[in-house]
Amino acid sequence: MQLIPCPWCGPREEAEFHYGGQAHVAYPEDPSALTDEEWARYVFFRDNPSGPFAERWSHNAGCRRWFNAVRDTRTHDLLAVYRVGEPMPEVTA
Amino acid sequence: MTSPPGAHLPEHPDFLWDNPEPKSSYDVVIVGGGGHGIATAYYLAKVHGITNVAVLEKGWLAGGNMARNTTIIRSNYLWDESSGIYEHSLKLWEGLEEDLGYPILFDQRGVLNLAHSLQDVRDSVRRVNANRLNGIDAEWVDPAGVKEICPIVNTSPDVRYPVLGATYQPRAGIAKHDYVAWGYARAAHAMGVDLIQNCEVTGMETSGGRITAVETSRGRIAAGKVALCAAGHSSVLAEMVGLRLPLASHPLQALVSELLEPVHPTVVMSNAVHVYVSQAHKGELVMGAGIDSYNGYGQRGSFHIIEQQMSAALELFPVFARAHLLRTWAGIVDVSPDASPIVGLTPVGGLYLNCGWGTGGFKATPGVGDCFAHTIAHDKPHPFNEPFTLERFTTGALVDEHGAAAVAH
Ligand SMILES: Cc1cc2nc3c(=O)[nH]c(=O)nc-3n(C[C@H](O)[C@H](O)[C@H](O)COP(=O)(O)OP(=O)(O)OC[C@H]3O[C@@H](n4cnc5c(N)ncnc54)[C@H](O)[C@@H]3O)c2cc1C
Ligand SMILES: [Zn+2]
Repeated sequence: MQLIPCPWCGPREEAEFHYGGQAHVAYPEDPSALTDEEWARYVFFRDNPSGPFAERWSHNAGCRRWFNAVRDTRTHDLLAVYRVGEPMPEVTA
Repeated sequence: MTSPPGAHLPEHPDFLWDNPEPKSSYDVVIVGGGGHGIATAYYLAKVHGITNVAVLEKGWLAGGNMARNTTIIRSNYLWDESSGIYEHSLKLWEGLEEDLGYPILFDQRGVLNLAHSLQDVRDSVRRVNANRLNGIDAEWVDPAGVKEICPIVNTSPDVRYPVLGATYQPRAGIAKHDYVAWGYARAAHAMGVDLIQNCEVTGMETSGGRITAVETSRGRIAAGKVALCAAGHSSVLAEMVGLRLPLASHPLQALVSELLEPVHPTVVMSNAVHVYVSQAHKGELVMGAGIDSYNGYGQRGSFHIIEQQMSAALELFPVFARAHLLRTWAGIVDVSPDASPIVGLTPVGGLYLNCGWGTGGFKATPGVGDCFAHTIAHDKPHPFNEPFTLERFTTGALVDEHGAAAVAH
């Protein structure tokens, strides 16, 4: 079982968390102006890197708050956690 | 005088394929030596006479998902598009052993997809009807019927997820995954295909919007056409030509028990409780779960997934309580937004895409091998893979198989 360091509660078991996919995907500013192509990008296309990945987690069985993490998808190592609204920290994988 | 250890052993049997040095150029380079890559090479050679072909595999042949899947084969998907390609595949499975001249232990022992809620029941009956309209064998069976087909399933009503019935596809079954890969590899090799292991594709060259070569850990290889069959690594490869794919790579785990006497005559799958079980020819119970929630390229997943899967299995099969777990492992599955694959052309000339099979592409191995080879040979999709374009995510023509494929394989 992995320990995930919730920025509010500290390290807790992975089973307490819910995964939210890629972080920093902003809702389109002017949705009605989007082409089909742009909607497709927004709805269906996400980064899928082999390496560091900025992603969202929710501490469902704890404080129930969302936060962001940078995790190496090759090793599953959590390289950094940070609060929503903060920029992605620099990491070395 | 004592003889050295192993001196009494017979000679190594003949290898089924060679390990050639890569040539500097091929008509077709296939990236990924899993089931799909090797099968595609086989049908390119056999059906289209294209034999100047290399399959480049970064590890050993068929050591990815092909070596890690739970080998369930069926064609009882909901939509016409899916019925087309999965049933084509099932028909090829039915003649594959003869076609390859190699044993693959294909065993049509049937599959039960259990329903545990009223919604499950409605969806399942709808799927049975859709299957029948497409000429696919499918039946709705009630709990007593489930018990008759698979006596060890717990059909008592006083459990958390009671069995309210199941869909049954008698022609579904399992096969020995390694033998399938080896049978295809042996036959492709015999027709002149180069199977090149320990050869990782690290880059791609294009010129004037066309693919011209791949860079590999064993040097540059020029290619008339390049076909991607990299399963979990498809996004990483597509990225090399700036192509974005709507895929997420996830760990998918499975496990086996110790060897047991035959107790389980069929294949049982349950979406609601997230487990599916069959018994391999050797005697192990083979079980799989749902994907781990996070993206992952590590070929390992989290233990609580295994725990959940075991508790689900125990509720459905109380008799498993005394079985010991022998091994668990994971593969990397390329999950698409509509639980259907992407097979076809790309915006780059001469570059072809086969990915997004996620948790369920083993059953498609012969079918997609055949259709993808056709796509490559004619630079045009085969009718069976025509609906599975990359463009469907823009046009909205999705083939939503979450009901038939979500946890199920
Ligand atoms: C645990 C588990 C259970 C499953 N159960 C079922 C099931 O019951 N039924 C079913 O139908 N499907 C099942 N699947 C899904 C099925 O295994 C896959 O959809 C299918 O195997 C994918 O096609 P493949 O065999 O070609 O993939 P793979 O065998 O993964 O082949 C892809 C190959 O590409 C290689 N590669 C990647 N990057 C590069 C590179 N840069 N250069 C060179 N080579 C590269 C990889 O090393 C790999 O060998 C399961 C999968 C898993 C993991
Ligand atoms: Zn918390």
